Amino acid sequence: MSRVEINIRKKAYPARHGLGEHVAIRDLHIELEAGEFVCLVGPSGCGKTTLLNIISGLDRQFDGSIGTGEGKAAPRMGYVFQNPRLLPWRTVRENIDLALPADEDGGDIGHLLEVMDLAQWQGQYPQKLSGGMSRRVALARAFAIRPTLLLMDEPFVSLDPPTARRIRQLLVNVWRERPHTVLFVTHDLREAITLADRLVFLSGPPATVLHQVAVDIPRDHRDDEAAVEAFRQRLAAEHPEIRALL
Amino acid sequence: MRSVLFHPALSALLFLALWQGLAALLVSPALPPPLAVFGVLYEETLSGQLPFHLGITLARLLASFVLAMSLGTGLGIFLGRHDKLDRFFDQWLVIFLNVPALVTVILCYVWFGLTEVAAITAVVVNKLPNVVVTLREGARALDRDLLEMAQAYRFGRWKTLRHVIWPQLFPFLIAAARTGIALIWKIILVVELLGRGNGMGYQLHLFFQLFNVAGILAYTIAFVAVIQLIEALLLKPLDRQAKRWRR
Repeated sequence: MSRVEINIRKKAYPARHGLGEHVAIRDLHIELEAGEFVCLVGPSGCGKTTLLNIISGLDRQFDGSIGTGEGKAAPRMGYVFQNPRLLPWRTVRENIDLALPADEDGGDIGHLLEVMDLAQWQGQYPQKLSGGMSRRVALARAFAIRPTLLLMDEPFVSLDPPTARRIRQLLVNVWRERPHTVLFVTHDLREAITLADRLVFLSGPPATVLHQVAVDIPRDHRDDEAAVEAFRQRLAAEHPEIRALL
Repeated sequence: MRSVLFHPALSALLFLALWQGLAALLVSPALPPPLAVFGVLYEETLSGQLPFHLGITLARLLASFVLAMSLGTGLGIFLGRHDKLDRFFDQWLVIFLNVPALVTVILCYVWFGLTEVAAITAVVVNKLPNVVVTLREGARALDRDLLEMAQAYRFGRWKTLRHVIWPQLFPFLIAAARTGIALIWKIILVVELLGRGNGMGYQLHLFFQLFNVAGILAYTIAFVAVIQLIEALLLKPLDRQAKRWRR
């Protein structure tokens, strides 16, 4: 499990034409407790993906710091991107195995593939898979490495609702079985309430934290749609400043 | 179902028949009939002349091919990954692409003497810009999303190279190799004709002076056959291998 401190003073891109710059993130501070499941909710284009890229270390061009609470050791990180990003010239199974660190044999990947309904596809090349299946492979890849920090960028977009529900449940099961810190980006508030310990609302661009709230629905009642809806209503009533995001 | 009428063997037979017919009609030393040519081919092979000269030419082909491919691949990838340098040197590439092969050959012999080094250099300089341009396209087309994925999952240098970059560059490499063989073997004969004392080009020059058309055709057939074998047994299977994952 990783504790993560995100401290970004400014992240800007050069403007496309001429002078000036486009500020994607400004004065954003979020702390993730070890083992916590946090959902980031914000309008599309507000810089959420940029934020994940900074946390993952893919983007180092920013003013600020990302601290992980495990001393010097970098967290073992799983990253589920918005698109599946599978290697088309490697089979499903190879794509997953390649993500594993060299000293691990991935003993329980067979089981993982069973649970995710991918077992009979493991010898196939990704181009043979449907979009939803490719997404599941990308998720399996992230689960397989047993991450201490899992970054997810709208991973369930474009899955059909029953599949999305099943994989959401799987995600929660995996997370409860093997606690790890999760940062989950979504613009679907119901999804966020179903999954998260804590919601962080972003405005933007430039992205900055508008509001944070703990989700107090017990884990066993998260599949109760009425409870989720009631929570959403209460948020809207108590926090008019984030109503646009609800 | 493939029609019997359009079988490839039939096409080859038709070609031979036309050749035979034309030769019988002309009855001229300028076009010997197929059987005479194959007779020369047989004799030259038995005497060891043909294998000797063919072997030397193939050795030169291999040396210049390996040099041009490795240098060109390195340069091409480098330019493909460095935009500013690429723009700076683009003019050079265009110039080298457009210098006629014969000019390079003559200049190399003038500058470096009638040596083996000059011969190989001339061929490499002719082929190099081609490889650079092809591989530069490959390096430019590298998928950024996949590179990020590899970085996020800590693939490391070797794993990234082998599983992410190499499969993307491979088709470009094969394309460069296939056009490369075709280009190099044409240039290499000119190089040999102008400044070497052995090899296919030298032999063809000799036959030309003796007006021995059967000899010219016999050597041509042997050479084309070898190149076709390389293409069919090495390059085509590699190409298929590279495309295996495509739908």
